[in-house]
Amino acid sequence: MLTLLQVTKAFGGLTALDDISLAVAPGERVALLGHNGAGKSTLMKIVLGLIAADRGRIAVGGHAPGSRAARAITAYLPENVAFHPALTGLETVRHYLRLRGEDARKAGDLLDRVGLGAAAGRRIGTYSKGMRQRVGLAQALIGHPRLLVLDEPTSGLDPVSRRDFYALLAELAAEGAAILLSSHALTEVEARTDRIVILSGGRLMANDTLANLRRQAALPIRLQVSARPGAADEVAERLKGGRRNGVVVDLSCAPDEKLDRLGAITALGPMVEDVEILPPSLEDLYTHYSRRPS
Amino acid sequence: MSRILAFAASEARIAMRNRWVAIVTLLMALFSLVLAAAGSAPTGELGIDRLSVTVASLTSLAVYLVPLVALLMSFDAVAGEIERGTLPLALTYPVSRAEVLFGKFLAHLAILALAVAVGYGLAAVAALAVDPEAVAGLPALFRLFWSSLLLGAAFLAAGYAVSAVARRPGAAAGMAIGLWLALIVLWDLGLLAAVVADDGGTFTTQVFPWLLLGNPADAFRLYNLAASDATAAAAGVGGAAAAIPPVQALASVLIWPVLAFGLAIAAFRRVTP
Repeated sequence: MLTLLQVTKAFGGLTALDDISLAVAPGERVALLGHNGAGKSTLMKIVLGLIAADRGRIAVGGHAPGSRAARAITAYLPENVAFHPALTGLETVRHYLRLRGEDARKAGDLLDRVGLGAAAGRRIGTYSKGMRQRVGLAQALIGHPRLLVLDEPTSGLDPVSRRDFYALLAELAAEGAAILLSSHALTEVEARTDRIVILSGGRLMANDTLANLRRQAALPIRLQVSARPGAADEVAERLKGGRRNGVVVDLSCAPDEKLDRLGAITALGPMVEDVEILPPSLEDLYTHYSRRPS
Repeated sequence: MSRILAFAASEARIAMRNRWVAIVTLLMALFSLVLAAAGSAPTGELGIDRLSVTVASLTSLAVYLVPLVALLMSFDAVAGEIERGTLPLALTYPVSRAEVLFGKFLAHLAILALAVAVGYGLAAVAALAVDPEAVAGLPALFRLFWSSLLLGAAFLAAGYAVSAVARRPGAAAGMAIGLWLALIVLWDLGLLAAVVADDGGTFTTQVFPWLLLGNPADAFRLYNLAASDATAAAAGVGGAAAAIPPVQALASVLIWPVLAFGLAIAAFRRVTP
């Protein structure tokens, strides 16, 4: 549904996007991760045709980005979405329905779907950030878009609303929509998206499923061994690990060494009270990919 | 078409909520009534009906007020959307930038039409109440009405162009006021000074008429005063340019809205959201 091939964009001397190639298939949810200034919003604006790429090819359902045909099948939720404060939620969604040539009477249903039915008649000037974000989401649902481009869609949403949002996203993907969404946090998109793309300094650092990213990164696993009182020094010496406090011995090992290490620990018998296995956290994984030189 | 109307409907609603409709209508009504009252007292001996005299006064009023009101409504059209951050989303919808502007234009023009109709209508009622002969002035009043809308359209479009060039509401407001001062106040003063200095030379006969026609506000005044029976009541630049045929003035009044709208679209297309 969306393909980018060797897309490059510079603002003045600053390279915002450097040779990015990326595809999103129908029914696929792709999370775009990166710190501030990594190029997420620039990439999205290029996909939407709001700004032009310097080099590279982009196709949205086979159409040029920003063409009327591409815009007709694409929905966008901008970062910090804004609407005219003098209009009500209902009037705003009606406006966007008309722009897509849809029946304006669907506005009520759309607002109910994002949980804003009760506030539909109030002016947007009185809404909280989370409520404005829901109006933004409602307009992005208009007319069964085949590509959704969502720039930090869950900012300002509480945890319950976030869960509802990802449930809605799963529904849309099941109906065949291609979804590209950006986020700051890997923890949030884990298990809620099909593929992770990590941008850093305008370069593509990773583009795979979370499981594959974990495997490729091969980050060390941490083992925390609690020794019986008084045995900590001996445990540390035998396992060649570092002592942290009176009883805990810290070890780290590559994923494929894990079982051998556990075997060595259990061989210590009564000297060991407990073992805790800590797999690399998502933040570790994200840091690994966003910092590595490519 | 439905997309243009969607923008027009939203814009009209916003203008209603922001009290712009009320402010503009009240302004026009107030000024028209003051002129009607002032014009109804001493003109019995001129031999023309009260409404024609009022139309001549209203023409002078409209030259100042209609462009001002039009610019006040339009300067925020693009810059405001950029400031609020609502522009990127609107431009990802399957609408052209020309359609966005035209939708806003329809709403603003409708508001202007309402305000001008109320203002001129009140003046007409006031004139008819004291002088039954005033019916004779109705065609002139109608001509003033639609040519005021054309003048307003030109300045609405100019306001959009200013808004797209400035990109920030504050700068757009400043540029709009500057444009109004330059075209409505300074233009005439400058021409007058030049004509006086030239003392009937080639500037006065060759260049001056074109400079008058080149300004939509002057063309509007020329057209209405030349076409009206009350030319006698007109003075100043209007009198000095009696040689310009009304049809040329009308052409200028007709061409400027189209030209300014074209400029506005071109400026808007250069805006990167």
